[in-house]
Amino acid sequence: MTAITFTAARTQSGKTTASRRSAGAGLAKQAAPAPLEDAPALREALPAQEQATERKTALSLRGLKRRFGDKEVLKGIDVDIPEGQFVAIIGKSGCGKSTLLRLITGLDQPSDGTLTVGDGQQDKRIRIMFQEPRLLPWARIVENVEVGLTGISKGPAARETALALLAEVGLADRAGEWPAVLSGGQRQRVALARALAAKPAILALDEPLGALDALTRIDMQRLLERIWRQEGFAAVLVTHDVTEAVALADRVIVIDEGAIALDLPIPLPRPRRHGGAEMAALEGRILAALFDEA
Amino acid sequence: MSQTATSATLPSAATSTGPQSSSAARARPAAGGGSRRAGWALFGNATGWILPALILIGWEAASRTGLISPNVLAAPSAVAEAFWRLLLSGELAQNIWISSLRALSGFAIGGAIGLVLGLANGLSALSRNLTDTTLQMIRNIPHLALIPLVILWFGIDEEAKLFLVALGVFFPVYVNTLLGIQSVDPQLVEMGRAYGMSRAALFVRVILPGALPSIFVGLRYALGIMWLTLIVAETIAASSGLGYMAMQAREFLLIDVVVLSILIYALLGKLADSLARLLERRFLQWHPAFQTA
Repeated sequence: MTAITFTAARTQSGKTTASRRSAGAGLAKQAAPAPLEDAPALREALPAQEQATERKTALSLRGLKRRFGDKEVLKGIDVDIPEGQFVAIIGKSGCGKSTLLRLITGLDQPSDGTLTVGDGQQDKRIRIMFQEPRLLPWARIVENVEVGLTGISKGPAARETALALLAEVGLADRAGEWPAVLSGGQRQRVALARALAAKPAILALDEPLGALDALTRIDMQRLLERIWRQEGFAAVLVTHDVTEAVALADRVIVIDEGAIALDLPIPLPRPRRHGGAEMAALEGRILAALFDEA
Repeated sequence: MSQTATSATLPSAATSTGPQSSSAARARPAAGGGSRRAGWALFGNATGWILPALILIGWEAASRTGLISPNVLAAPSAVAEAFWRLLLSGELAQNIWISSLRALSGFAIGGAIGLVLGLANGLSALSRNLTDTTLQMIRNIPHLALIPLVILWFGIDEEAKLFLVALGVFFPVYVNTLLGIQSVDPQLVEMGRAYGMSRAALFVRVILPGALPSIFVGLRYALGIMWLTLIVAETIAASSGLGYMAMQAREFLLIDVVVLSILIYALLGKLADSLARLLERRFLQWHPAFQTA
């Protein structure tokens, strides 16, 4: 019963996104059978078209800069992220990608430039999922999920939402346990549930799968993709794993020395399978941007 | 029972209103065993009492066979007799009561000041800059060295004992509270901020629970200092209490009473420590070190 009310509320808020996505997926499917050589032009045109005609902007960055002392970590980033888009940000370590994420989530302030969330009018929620789970060790699992509802709801209502989310990430039976007894992957799933509790418009992910083993990682990627498709938030995933970026994202942004080196749409149909030829081609382009500055 | 204990001991339960869900209680099979063990904690682990019992038996045997002269050490049976005698006269209960009252009120005063200052200095750089240097200087004076001064100030009244106990208890509580707050995981604090916790919520849900293990270390250490200080103070300057009882007995060469006093100190100290451990188990049950497998 809990789950039903929860899903209903979710669909209501994410209605526009859901219809939009099905349209996009249909187009991508049409494009897929086309021969590889002809496809890129069409593929790259697609999301741009979508962006222009249908999608509202969830997040808009204009000339965003961040300096630490006299070192300029971000040298003017211009990006528009439409609602419901899954963006992966890739870069070598120290390129400024984590700084960018901290700016987006408000944990840090830009030295220069503007950052507009939504249409700048209403207060859209941004949530972050960290590299580490960062669960409160002294709060039980369900209470950790309730942290995500701070200032939104509390008491039985919060408990209900939290339990529904735990069921969503497959941890309903662990609600009453301490974080210490969970595995790394399970803790990260609790962190995901916590991040989703407030139904964010934008979910920022700071290499949340980086510390997991390869198999748990694939599980988490699938879970993340499923929940993203269902909830319709815009996801900004910082990662150093090119395969992961191509597997999950609608669009990959490569950052090199504080500037955007490549902004590549990934118009592959979902669910994507690891190891396809098209994925390999896209991965190749991203790696080239990362290493050759081609 | 275990469920009420859970919600009462969880620091976060104060803010996240509402009872623990049934699933929360259900998914914790270890809870029953935990509370049963907690009941034992008051008396310590049973195996811990084997050695004291053996020592007692050996001691009695040595006294009976004349190996230990009654002028050096009274036999356990003589001590037990003294215990019975003083218990019947009401003298023992009276003295234990007075000493405990002194100890606990001194502990409450010193502990409260230490906790408040530790929290303040842990949370506010201004407060720390203002007071920490002074406190660290005072800390390095052995507080028992102040006894002559304290006698001049307060005579041998209650204030003297309260002052010394409070001073002795203050520092371990202060230092460990400060340390606890400073060692709270900054990543958790950042998470709390990112999830929109107010300063008060951040303190109650993240900082205080994070500092609690360290605060408990201070608490247990302070309990030891509390008895030590009180006994020294009562031995030197008092007209009642356990320390006074021991000193009176020395005057009249009642070695059984002297030994009895010392044993009672040991028991009271153990009792205080067990209570602290019990609290620790309750409040830190989330901590892997306190989780019973």
